Amino acid sequence: MIKLKRHLAEHWVPPLIGIALFLFLWSMLAQGGGTLPGPLKTWDSAVVLFSDPFYQKTPNDQGIGWNILNSLGRVGIGFGLAALIGIPLGFMIGRFGFLDKMTSPIVSMLRPVSPLAWLPIGLLVFQAANPAAIWVIFISSIWPMIINTAMGVRQLPQDYLNVARVLNLSEWKVFTKILFPATLPYMLTGIRLAIGTAWLVIVAAEMLTGGVGIGFWVWDEWNNLNVEHIIIAIFVVGIIGLLLEMLLIQIAKRFSY
Amino acid sequence: MKKYVQIENVQMSFETKQGTFVALKDIDLKIDPGEFITLIGHSGCGKSTLLNLIAGLLMPTDGVMLCADREIAGPGPDRGVVFQNHSLLPWLTCFENVHLAVERVFGASESKAQLAQRANDALELVHLSHAAQKLPHEISGGMKQRVGIARALSMQPKVLLMDEPFGALDALTRAHLQDELMKIVAATKSTVVMVTHDVDEAVLLSDRIVMMTNGPAATIGEILTVDLPKPRNRLALANDAHYHSLRGAVLEFLYQKQAKKAA
Repeated sequence: MIKLKRHLAEHWVPPLIGIALFLFLWSMLAQGGGTLPGPLKTWDSAVVLFSDPFYQKTPNDQGIGWNILNSLGRVGIGFGLAALIGIPLGFMIGRFGFLDKMTSPIVSMLRPVSPLAWLPIGLLVFQAANPAAIWVIFISSIWPMIINTAMGVRQLPQDYLNVARVLNLSEWKVFTKILFPATLPYMLTGIRLAIGTAWLVIVAAEMLTGGVGIGFWVWDEWNNLNVEHIIIAIFVVGIIGLLLEMLLIQIAKRFSY
Repeated sequence: MKKYVQIENVQMSFETKQGTFVALKDIDLKIDPGEFITLIGHSGCGKSTLLNLIAGLLMPTDGVMLCADREIAGPGPDRGVVFQNHSLLPWLTCFENVHLAVERVFGASESKAQLAQRANDALELVHLSHAAQKLPHEISGGMKQRVGIARALSMQPKVLLMDEPFGALDALTRAHLQDELMKIVAATKSTVVMVTHDVDEAVLLSDRIVMMTNGPAATIGEILTVDLPKPRNRLALANDAHYHSLRGAVLEFLYQKQAKKAA
């Protein structure tokens, strides 16, 4: 009983106080006039919105559920393609010094570029909004995967390589039994960073490209001056980002030694 | 009798930014089958380098190295290595760590059941059958080192090479593992080359102690034959006059003839 109380006090009370304080400040701001809706008004609006998440009226007027799924779909495709190319590339860059030196100036130069700067290139090449948005996700999530995978390979302890040499392991065994498992935690860090960035970028990209998606939905609601919906969208984006992050942390925990 | 390991006129130098660094020179050593050799010397004397040369992890700049009349051209399953820090792969169980070695050496000629049997036998030899399915981080440092020994022995090497295998362990665990190693070596009739910095360990385990001079350009200073009868018992030896005279000879070499100047 005392244990339970302590657990509650240590793990639940501080976050709850934080959330309460946040809601209080928010309602104070909303009270002070202006057009910012308060927590209660937003909550009511959210209840209505989530009571029918999958309606489809017109192509531009669909339920919040469709918007979220469309955004997740774009992130999934862009991110998946980036993993498919970025992770093997990272392995090769980490393993072969020549390739590392060859690619390092390009990677260092392109990595800090805002992913949205790539959007016009995507529109130009693909002549369509949807592939262009996926392209932006691809570009933004490939760098952390290349860099972290390569770093994992480079940091492979010499001891393990000595074991491989002494046991005379084949290249395939070295990869499956040593290189891959040793690099996996780094790779997962890269994946986590990549998916975080991808989820950040999708909102901005969709604002520009339009179509069904949480980002465009925010922009649309701004044009409708429906501020409650914008606030709801902020929470939705935040919570989904948090869930993605937690999922990947759980996966990473499974593979740490 | 044919020599198991032959090292003739071996020299080893490394290229550094300050120029060529000669680590070892004029190394001549012949090791008989079943012999237990320890390499002892102050740190930096190149004893680990010599072991890595025999292992094939390093190539000598000059000289000839043979193992069972074949030139040492790289690491091979005829020389099992036990590393100082166990070097088990943390994502594999003890069994899988040993199996990885077995598979490589005998995989082409034996069935899966036979391979598993070999891995289990090796773990049995070091009394770790009960920990076969555990991951390295779930067992103690001494146990990890025993898995490392099992892994090396499972390949049925001609020579067992050990680089300060007990250096990172506490004194009690070390003594326990030394006793076990003596039994294993007696049972398997292994030829062993072991690097150590522990004088008692060297005298207790060895047939011959190879004492190395200080680097750079280290070489073999003296070779001391330990003619104590086997099996040896550490308690009985504690009061053995001959044991103490041998121990004294190694100490004299290390702390008088090759006294390290204060850094």
